Amino acid sequence: MSAIELDGIARSYGDRRALEDVTLTLDEGATLVVFGPNGAGKSTLLRILATLLRPSAGHARIFGHDVRTDGWRVRGAIGFLGHDALLYGDLTAQENLAYQARLYGLRGDAARNRIAQLLEAVGLEGRADDRVHTFSRGMVQRLAACRAVLHDPQVLLLDEPRANLDPVAAELLEPLLGRTSGRTRVITSHDPAGGLAEGDLALGLRAGRPALLRPASAVSAADIGELYR
Amino acid sequence: MSGAGLLGATRAILAKELLLERRAPQTIVAMALFSATTYVIFHFALQRDSIAGNLASGVLWVTVLLAAMLGIGRLFIADRDEGGLDGFLLAPVDRTALLAAKALTLFVFLLVLEAVAVPLFGILLLGPSPGAGGWAGVLLVLVLADLGIAVVGTLVAAIAVRTRSRDLITSILALPLLIPVVIGASRATADVFAATGAGSPGGRWLLVLALYDLVFALLAWALFDFLVED
Repeated sequence: MSAIELDGIARSYGDRRALEDVTLTLDEGATLVVFGPNGAGKSTLLRILATLLRPSAGHARIFGHDVRTDGWRVRGAIGFLGHDALLYGDLTAQENLAYQARLYGLRGDAARNRIAQLLEAVGLEGRADDRVHTFSRGMVQRLAACRAVLHDPQVLLLDEPRANLDPVAAELLEPLLGRTSGRTRVITSHDPAGGLAEGDLALGLRAGRPALLRPASAVSAADIGELYR
Repeated sequence: MSGAGLLGATRAILAKELLLERRAPQTIVAMALFSATTYVIFHFALQRDSIAGNLASGVLWVTVLLAAMLGIGRLFIADRDEGGLDGFLLAPVDRTALLAAKALTLFVFLLVLEAVAVPLFGILLLGPSPGAGGWAGVLLVLVLADLGIAVVGTLVAAIAVRTRSRDLITSILALPLLIPVVIGASRATADVFAATGAGSPGGRWLLVLALYDLVFALLAWALFDFLVED
């Protein structure tokens, strides 16, 4: 079954075209890795899939649900990790996750157990009652990863998920965000070697247009480098 | 995952808002200090030790309205600065929950403000104090006016938060929209604050306030989704 279908997706900001005519299909459990220089449209594509932006043209479907007309169902199926952590600095790690859990309908022991399990998984169990504004950027990123997977989404939308992370922290997040999580993933990356190793399908964007769309195994680091020239 | 129901999501957001304000008090403190300062300014500007009737009513409601503007301006600040709005929009919940929770938050802020500002008004500016019945009438007017301010304020704050000129937009949109609240509330309490005392809020003006609340609640419910989504 196709997890993600994009059909001629485009997005404009006024006269400026941020994304044009992206068409692809991604199988369930597979990983799409999106490359491209800053401003190429990677984050715009992720935000459209996350229902945070409406496409100006085309259709995007996640497990058959259109992001424009069936956003409610799409939102229940996705976890989003962007450049902003989407966490409140004056709340503790536990309070931030408990708030998100309530929005997703998780309550009581189920929520408490899930939060405790996630905080332990990312090595933050000892900081659960500390306010997030006291955290380092790497710790905030780890907590943001917990927020993204709190409701056990089928699809992960990850905007440079390993930014701000040291190798140990990146290793900690692997079971939550990595291939072993078994989730369908869309990842943006500037790292050709790391990105291609993670991806099944590679999409290269240049000025909002698809400049490359091939199985990741058929793409070289040099191909990715071309996107940045 | 299907997400929380409307009531559950509203309660979650409201609890989070009140926790944030309790943890780092900013909005209510600023609103209360502003009110106290405004009374002092009125005291010197009017060059009177005490006021009554229409004048007292007008001073109270202008002060409440301007203090409310501070609360309206800050209603979505934490969400904008820390991405909480996106965090909410990503969840599979009815957008009306955000409207309801934010309006309730502002309503609570206004009630807390008035718990400080109205007694202060009585001490610093008001002439003869109305009796218990009069104050009960004032409380009813406060609740009706606060509901209107909370709903319109939330609507305006949701528009303004996505613009660069947030403060400007808030004032330009909110103040004209809230003129009927000031008219209705100040007319309703004028008799209560009359020098002769013994007055009660005019029923006609209470009805005007209640209708205003209803109309803008329906309008906000119809428009809010479009305002918070892209």
